Amino acid sequence: MTERPHLAVIGAGPAGLAATVAAAARGVRVTLIDSAAEAGGQFYRQPAAALRARRPQALHHQWRTWERLRDALAGQVESGRVMHLTDHHAWLVERQSGRFTVHALLGPEQEEPAVVHADATVLATGGYEKVLPFPGWTLPGVVTAGGAQAMLKGALAVSGPTAVVAGTGPLLLPVATGLAAAGVKVAALVESADPRDFVRRTRALAAQPGKVGEGARYAARLLRHRVRTLVRHTVVEAHGTGRIEAVTVAALDGAGRVRPGTERRIPCDTLAVGHGMLPHTDLAETLGCRLDGPGVDVDGDQRTDVPGVWAAGETTGIGGAALALAEGHIAGCSAAARLNGAAPDPHAWAAAAKSRNGLREFFAALDPVYAPPAHWAEQVTDDTVVCRCEEVTGGAIREAVADLGAGDLRTVKLLTRAGMGWCQGRVCGPAVAGLAGCGETPGRRPFARPVPLGVLARAGEPKPSDAAQ
Amino acid sequence: MSKRLTCDVVVVGAGMAGAACALYATRAGLDVTVVDRGPVAGGTTGAGEGNILVSDKEPGPELDLALLSGRLWAELGAEFGKSVEYEAKGGVVVATSPSGLTALERFADGQRAAGVTAQPVAPDALYDLEPHLAPGLPGAVHYPQDSQVMPALAAAHLLKASGARLRTGRTVTDILRTPGGAVRGVRTDGGDLHAPAVVNAAGTWGAALAALAGVDLPVLPRRGFVLVTEPLPRMVHHKVYAADYVADVASDSAALQTSPVVEGTAAGPVLIGASRERVGFDRSFSLPAVRALAAGATRLFPFLERVRAMRAYLGFRPYMPDHLPAIGPDPRVPGLHHACGHEGAGIGLATGTGQLIAQALTEKAPDLDLTPFRPDRFGGQDV
Amino acid sequence: MRTPVDLAAARPGPAFTVTLDGREIEAFPGQTVAAALWAAGVTSWRTTRVEGRPRGIFCGIGVCFDCLVTVNDRPNQRACLVPARPGDAIRTQDGTGHDD
Repeated sequence: MTERPHLAVIGAGPAGLAATVAAAARGVRVTLIDSAAEAGGQFYRQPAAALRARRPQALHHQWRTWERLRDALAGQVESGRVMHLTDHHAWLVERQSGRFTVHALLGPEQEEPAVVHADATVLATGGYEKVLPFPGWTLPGVVTAGGAQAMLKGALAVSGPTAVVAGTGPLLLPVATGLAAAGVKVAALVESADPRDFVRRTRALAAQPGKVGEGARYAARLLRHRVRTLVRHTVVEAHGTGRIEAVTVAALDGAGRVRPGTERRIPCDTLAVGHGMLPHTDLAETLGCRLDGPGVDVDGDQRTDVPGVWAAGETTGIGGAALALAEGHIAGCSAAARLNGAAPDPHAWAAAAKSRNGLREFFAALDPVYAPPAHWAEQVTDDTVVCRCEEVTGGAIREAVADLGAGDLRTVKLLTRAGMGWCQGRVCGPAVAGLAGCGETPGRRPFARPVPLGVLARAGEPKPSDAAQ
Repeated sequence: MSKRLTCDVVVVGAGMAGAACALYATRAGLDVTVVDRGPVAGGTTGAGEGNILVSDKEPGPELDLALLSGRLWAELGAEFGKSVEYEAKGGVVVATSPSGLTALERFADGQRAAGVTAQPVAPDALYDLEPHLAPGLPGAVHYPQDSQVMPALAAAHLLKASGARLRTGRTVTDILRTPGGAVRGVRTDGGDLHAPAVVNAAGTWGAALAALAGVDLPVLPRRGFVLVTEPLPRMVHHKVYAADYVADVASDSAALQTSPVVEGTAAGPVLIGASRERVGFDRSFSLPAVRALAAGATRLFPFLERVRAMRAYLGFRPYMPDHLPAIGPDPRVPGLHHACGHEGAGIGLATGTGQLIAQALTEKAPDLDLTPFRPDRFGGQDV
Repeated sequence: MRTPVDLAAARPGPAFTVTLDGREIEAFPGQTVAAALWAAGVTSWRTTRVEGRPRGIFCGIGVCFDCLVTVNDRPNQRACLVPARPGDAIRTQDGTGHDD
């Protein structure tokens, strides 16, 4: 074997890019597999090339970091050490005799298969947004906060002239300022958390002066765009027929309940709403990787408990782009060392590890601050659709628990169809668990995305060409 | 919380078999408590397709049980209606070769003699029954008695209708016995439940429960995967499968065997089922198993090539060495009854099983001779 | 009024035409189907299987499958992922998208 070892990195967001660049710089051949047409992931999502945006940085922050990543990737691609497969939607990673086969579908149609073989893999599959239901949340014009941002960054598109940004979490600030900068009137930023809670966590904050500065910059921008910010408020209902026309927001009391009498109606044609992020763990789960809470469990080297599998970024737990970069760098260094037959030397990535550990501490402190209102489920009426795909209502879920003996997410799903539709419970999972009063158990989705049966019928069949690889 | 509870019967297992036992036992006038370490339908019931089949059974005790069960399901279907998604859709068993057709027709002759309605289908008539089948198939047999139920809903609604006390989330840790050895209840991690009769409806985990009573019951897991497609309009009208499925069910092989059982559902998705592997309780995903399912299904229904599989799930069928369930009182432990080991037919056979258990509990003459289902037929010693 | 295109100083190539249920709509190179529909003031393009309710973009990144649409007779394409191409015949879809 004269060929260099081969690493498959799945996901070209900050974590995947950092892992790719780090591993390639250490002599490993890398195939970077990503579903998008351009590298960047959700955080550095780029406008489609054909839009010819001359000032994409106006949609982003930390642009210089992106330029460094982008240029490093380009250099490694140029040198032949990295192959960047765009529009490849990985649906399964198979591990056989210590080697890996990544099964993907060629996008955007996702009808034709593609296969990558590798000696090791880094899972940098990122995350997606959690949204808790409320009456009217299925109306067109109600989008996830991340969705509004993705449409803006990737397609330079907005769904109307007046938006409300609502929910909880650090994502709401860039979404509100981003929409405002793009000419959308942001009628209100509605955050259910209480800023005073931040002050109580001064230790974690003090350790991250960069993050404090970031918050201050957002605050200034909100002021500049005259965005009204309502803290300790929540959306109780979206109104409209055929599409959203207004939202009702209300103040929350100390216990996280809506204060009666504080409701007010805000006209809008877009509601961008989010309640935090969730890791994409499907590929890892099917490989048999252990989870730690909602994310993939990793050691100090970013290794999962499955030999040959590393994980980095949001897939190991939500913590933003800077943390993803640190984790990706460590994963790339560690994987490269192993593939080169050396014992990984943690001193080689001490700076990244320090940054990672600090950021993890920071986000752990942030988590309880940005928890959704404790009594959000009280807003979900019995006729509110909770599972958007299968149109299962809050009442049906409550009935399955109270009358039919459902005790976990799986039984609720079996008895109501909540989570059985196209999205496979990715969207409604947290809401169903909350309404049913049970834990958010892993989804056990063997296919990370829908696969045509014709592709599945031939997947992994040995081909003569494989022997040569 | 550890208050003692006294009743006539404790049913261990809140799956389909336990639910049917509870329903028929309460209807026979007994006071029943159902206990399960998980939720309702948390085991194999929740991983099943809901087959109520006579078509795949050769003449013999299992077919007799299937015919009895089918009649009872039809009654329950009328009673519970849409809530359990009962559908008397019929089965179509397709031959894929002329020799296969000969074997299938001979098999059907035997079934007819045993009371099964089995109608030969000529090639031209086949496409009236199933317009989207692959062209050029030599023929099939139509089984109008085959039907379908949504297993988890059926278990939940039968349990609710039974009026039995339901104790979910409680693990049975021991079977309580008198000094003379007779059953007097079960111990759970949430207290004791006292009853002179205990029904083992623990499905694939029935061996472990039997062991708590000191008896050997050889129930073992046989893993199966089911594929679920995107929602479609009704493209597949019956339960459709290839004739080689029959041979697989009766097989003793430990290796993977797959034959596609394809059916549409009221909710829209097409279900593709029936891989069979003896790999213990291994929950890991197997691409070869689901690939074989997909390949078989697309061979039968070429339009499925472009249809997307949304998910695959797995379950563990409880199988016994002779592929017959254990039903009835265990002569080794007075008061202990078994209602498990139905392999992949547990949903379909649950009603007959429940009825026979209720008859045994109330000392009525059983509808069927229980001898072939005797729990001690394997000669296992007390453990 | 400022637009996202102004903000990013985008200069896409010349617009082309696609159709939505036969009606002509202008789209630009690089736009997804969803972006082209939004730009045309359309925010929903399918109705649900059970209740027949309108849906459009929700997650915007291909996870939620709310934005399913039929493009050139291919049903159930995610409008947020699929780029618009000249001459595309986009159709709103009902139910399963498979002509129930």
